[in-house]
Amino acid sequence: MLIAESILLTIATAATPLLLAAIGELVVERSGVLNLGVEGMMVMGAVCGFAAAALTGSPWIGMLAAILAGVLFSLLFGFLTLTIATNQVATGLSLTLLGLGLSSMIGEAFVGSPGVKLPTLANGIAEIPLVGQPVAGLLDLLAGIPLIGRVLFAQDPIFYISIALVIGVTWFLFHTRAGLVLRSVGDNHASAHALGTNVIGIRYLAVMFGGACAGLAGGHLSLVYTPQWVENMTAGRGWIALALVVFASWRPLRLLAGAYLFGAVSIGQLHAQALGLGIPSQLLSSLPYLATVLVLVLISRNRRLTMMNTPASLGQPFVPDR
Amino acid sequence: MKKLLLGLTAAALAASVSMPASAQEKTKACFVYIGSKTDGGYSQAHDLGRQQVDKELGDKVETVFVENVPEGPDAQRAIERLARSGCAIIFATSFGFMDQTVAAAAKFPDVKFEHGTGYKTSENLGVYNARFYEGRYIQGQIAAKVSKKGVAGYIASFPIPEVVMGINAFELGAQSVNPDFKIKVVWANTWFDAAKEADAAKVLVDQGVDVLTQHTDSTAPMQVAAERGIHAFAQASDMIKAGPQTQLTGIVDTWGAYYVKRVKAVMDGTWKSENIWDGLAQGILEMAPYTNMPDDVKAMAEATEAKIKSGELKPFTGPIKKQDGSDWLKAGESADDATLAGLNFYVQGVDDKLPQ
Repeated sequence: MLIAESILLTIATAATPLLLAAIGELVVERSGVLNLGVEGMMVMGAVCGFAAAALTGSPWIGMLAAILAGVLFSLLFGFLTLTIATNQVATGLSLTLLGLGLSSMIGEAFVGSPGVKLPTLANGIAEIPLVGQPVAGLLDLLAGIPLIGRVLFAQDPIFYISIALVIGVTWFLFHTRAGLVLRSVGDNHASAHALGTNVIGIRYLAVMFGGACAGLAGGHLSLVYTPQWVENMTAGRGWIALALVVFASWRPLRLLAGAYLFGAVSIGQLHAQALGLGIPSQLLSSLPYLATVLVLVLISRNRRLTMMNTPASLGQPFVPDR
Repeated sequence: MKKLLLGLTAAALAASVSMPASAQEKTKACFVYIGSKTDGGYSQAHDLGRQQVDKELGDKVETVFVENVPEGPDAQRAIERLARSGCAIIFATSFGFMDQTVAAAAKFPDVKFEHGTGYKTSENLGVYNARFYEGRYIQGQIAAKVSKKGVAGYIASFPIPEVVMGINAFELGAQSVNPDFKIKVVWANTWFDAAKEADAAKVLVDQGVDVLTQHTDSTAPMQVAAERGIHAFAQASDMIKAGPQTQLTGIVDTWGAYYVKRVKAVMDGTWKSENIWDGLAQGILEMAPYTNMPDDVKAMAEATEAKIKSGELKPFTGPIKKQDGSDWLKAGESADDATLAGLNFYVQGVDDKLPQ
């Protein structure tokens, strides 16, 4: 395997959980809800995914459990902020604190247990009866293409899901009626309500989608990235995902670019260190964050464009008049 | 933001530790951990020590611990709370608890304090540490024998003397076998972030190292080494489960016997403030079983371990040059403990620029 190919794979693995958590939060924020509990939902996804996989021996069940855990946890947030209209910032923060504590408690029995790793796409497909084997064979063949073969055809299924989600969300938000309704709820919930749109219902669905994505991102950490459970294993990635949404000015394709840029700089700085270039490691370690700040500054220079993309009702609770 | 949140969590956790009223005749021994007691590494090793105290001293002792205590003001609250609750001796197990422990010791003269890996002492405050570098010297020798490429990867945490000492000892051990042996150092700037440690490991393997060692606490680098089919060393706890075909050996922290001794001393009234820096000989650290290596390498490692235990071999003994080529130790001269405890430069052969 070429070094460049290996580096690309490492970057993709580093970027995938960020991209997943961020694409979910993007939809949530587009509907006008700010959920700061991404880190909490992610870590719950990580622990539940790992636990389910360890107990059943099946990483696929683990993946589903991770998604389910994220959804359930997001419903707690949904009930508090949407049904009884609590403050979104405070509720989101407490969701993160709760998630970190609860996951340590659930995970205590699983510390040090051997992990189950999600198979690559080809190996996963090969398990399907009849058509599985030939398709897997074809994928293996394609994976032999130098440089891009393995990156495109031999990764874990969650990588493909993350890319599909970016494309799907772009299509949904900007090319479907339902997407237009969701954006209108985020931009002016009072008007949307006056037009007969079910604001709370739509926001519930968006919050649940965000939970599912964050849960899956956590599952990626504990089933693919490092197949093990350790306390607080998200280590702040939920916060980076939140920052990426702003970074991308709520546009899915920019999010894709942002997550991969962040991943590339994170991995690149490690390579620079290992090469012994003599650049201080503290500076290198802060590069991903510096790069994020730099891009944020550049894109926020155009105030009008930024305003246009920011959901106008973001973070405001909606209480319909009765 | 993240730090603040962690602080809040820790404060909540600290507050939730229940402290049952103790019977008068029991001696209360208390422990403060920076991480969780199940972190699979550093804090877990201390907690195993605490459990040994429970087991060996049975009814005569009651142990209490507070986990996930961040370094800083929160640590002081946690330590003082323990002191007020009737602890006879308090072990603060992380380097970063130093100033808080010193302050608490001044405030509670009747309570005994011991600070792990620190250096400030007083009448009722002792310090204890382990010579982890002895184990790293052995690892370096093994790495130089096992590596076909003559390059090892080193995942480091923070540029503090403890870590620099480890890198130097590893390099010196390796040079004693292969004078041209190189190490590539990557600073993760964290003690514990599994994914980041895994990234660092992948990067090092991609750059051609075929042995990995780490001074960070998760088993992720061991997993990566197993996946990529190279060898690696464990850190703080035995990590053989993460790499049955991968782990060569590892440094295992075994604080138990020390904790039992010190708690006993409190019971007898013989406790004195001391500055303890024990090594392999005293059993405060052990080498994990030598596995996945040829017999002759294993024999060499065992011989080195025996020599270190008997005091015949001291890893930091000259002739040693600093990285820039200037002389550090003359032939036969050994570094004193004070120099080691403040080590802030590399020895010759380390292929990295030390972050200052």
